[in-house]
Amino acid sequence: MSLTTGLKSKLGLNVFKESSKFHIRIKEGKEKDPRLQKAVLVCPAGLYSQNPEGEVVLSSDGCLECGTCLIACGRELLDWEYPEGGSGVQFRFG
Amino acid sequence: MPYQNENDGFEVIVVGGGLAGLAAAYILADRGVEVLVLERGDYCGAKNVTGGRIYLNPVREIFSQLLKDAPFERHIAHEEVSLFAASRSLTLRYDGSELGDPPYQSYSVLRAKFDRWLARQAEKKGAMLATKSRVDDVILENGVVKGVRAGGEELRANVVIACDGVLSLVSERAGLRKDIQPQYYAVGIKEVIEMDRKAIENRFNLEGEEGVARLFMGDVTAGMFGGGFLYTNLDSISLGLVVSIKDLLENQREVIVSDLLERFKQRSEVSLLIKGGETVEYSAHVIPEGGFNALNSLYGDGILVAGDAAGFALNIGVTVRGMEYALASGYYAAQTVLHAREKGDYSRATLGLYRQLLEDSFVLKDFKSFRDALSVLNSPRLFQHYPELLGNILRDLYWIPPGPKDRLYSTVRRYLGVREVWQALGDVRRMSKI
Ligand SMILES: Cc1cc2nc3c(=O)[nH]c(=O)nc-3n(C[C@H](O)[C@H](O)[C@H](O)COP(=O)(O)OP(=O)(O)OC[C@H]3O[C@@H](n4cnc5c(N)ncnc54)[C@H](O)[C@@H]3O)c2cc1C
Ligand code: SF4
Repeated sequence: MSLTTGLKSKLGLNVFKESSKFHIRIKEGKEKDPRLQKAVLVCPAGLYSQNPEGEVVLSSDGCLECGTCLIACGRELLDWEYPEGGSGVQFRFG
Repeated sequence: MPYQNENDGFEVIVVGGGLAGLAAAYILADRGVEVLVLERGDYCGAKNVTGGRIYLNPVREIFSQLLKDAPFERHIAHEEVSLFAASRSLTLRYDGSELGDPPYQSYSVLRAKFDRWLARQAEKKGAMLATKSRVDDVILENGVVKGVRAGGEELRANVVIACDGVLSLVSERAGLRKDIQPQYYAVGIKEVIEMDRKAIENRFNLEGEEGVARLFMGDVTAGMFGGGFLYTNLDSISLGLVVSIKDLLENQREVIVSDLLERFKQRSEVSLLIKGGETVEYSAHVIPEGGFNALNSLYGDGILVAGDAAGFALNIGVTVRGMEYALASGYYAAQTVLHAREKGDYSRATLGLYRQLLEDSFVLKDFKSFRDALSVLNSPRLFQHYPELLGNILRDLYWIPPGPKDRLYSTVRRYLGVREVWQALGDVRRMSKI
């Protein structure tokens, strides 16, 4: 099993509750910021990736709400809030 | 006028039903104070991650009754630390009656279970708990915190206790937070691996509800500041890594954090330990590890900050500690509120008692003692050089060559030249700061 498919299936073990909108957004015009490229390294859920145009894109499936991308990139690059109450990941063990 | 609720709201609003928030709510409710806890998860613990083991000695006295029946997992009767180099490791085990006999100093714990239990204890005392409630902002009037906004509603209170964890929006909005600096934070990632109770006890040589805590340093984090951990629970294993976010951002090999965990699990020394187990959850969480220098402001007009929200977690190499600081700071925040309520004054001046109480307790004493821990421990020599060096020495000591074997003394001497010893002494001197 490759590491990426391993990660996807691991995320599939968690309980997630849908929310009406995803709680993190890359700020407009910042998609190519070199600091954002580092988010690819630090997101434990592997949600950040770089597309062929060199822009960083964010997938909204399986966010662990850990906050690492916010610490790494700051509010200058990201609109970051927690998902609304009662949605998002719900850890059964923690 | 004491006891009078001046603004038609609650006496106290606690934001965040983690350890700090629930500890504060429990104490306040016990003393008859009207307290509302707002928690964004479906239940308390739904958003919380720890390693984890909790040390009881520092908080045994202040929560003597409460913690007696707590649903912990196993008492830690065996400690192991392993140094990992690229293809070998060495392990030290510490145990014996001093760890194995009650009162036990630490327990493994799972937060979804523990926090939910703690929430029930606070509710039994009369605390109100609103789950699925995310706080979006604070109500600030002339610099004074008057309550919070949640789900479009204004909830007013005499005082707000921000216990909303490491990213604390509440203290940020109240202007009490320092700017984010990646060197003051680590990310922890973890798997909970289910395994038959008996299999755990056999594999780790545990008697009954004994547990083991294992730490791994060196190659597990590719030499970055941090380490791996393994804790045995009753019928699962908590396995994970803690890594400095700054080191991850700067790592030239572009190592991805989730790959680090996979590689850690694939090491033969580790894969044997989890063999036959089934991963049932994957989690991650930021940890404040900046220590004393990175602490945020602890109080303001109408507000107190406790737990991770204030920055109360320490990484002292062999362990990350945050849970007992969260419980204790929640306790002292509650004591401060009781005092302010007596005076009928929730100004900054009155709430300043909180800092004093923390100064007099183990909380700020520890933070001062370990104020240099991060800078001293965050050295590549510790995480790369020494694991390799010790590994080399052991390899050569154990190695039986086809021909005659070198004398033991010259084997060791080969690695411990004047330069090495001199540098090691320098490292020891630096370590003496903590
Ligand atoms: C991988 C890892 C390993 C660790 N290992 C250990 C260990 O072995 N021992 C140890 O002592 N410590 C350890 N720690 C640290 C310890 O877990 C924390 O210090 C501790 O959980 C802090 O407790 P808290 O109550 O301050 O914060 P939290 O437990 O984070 O609680 C904060 C609460 O606030 C809620 N919240 C946040 N924002 C809002 C909002 N806007 N509205 C409503 N609710 C909100 C959250 O849902 C949460 O319930 C570890 C941490 C990690 C991540
Ligand atoms: S909060 Fe954590 S899991 Fe979610 S996108 Fe950011 S780094 Fe990834």
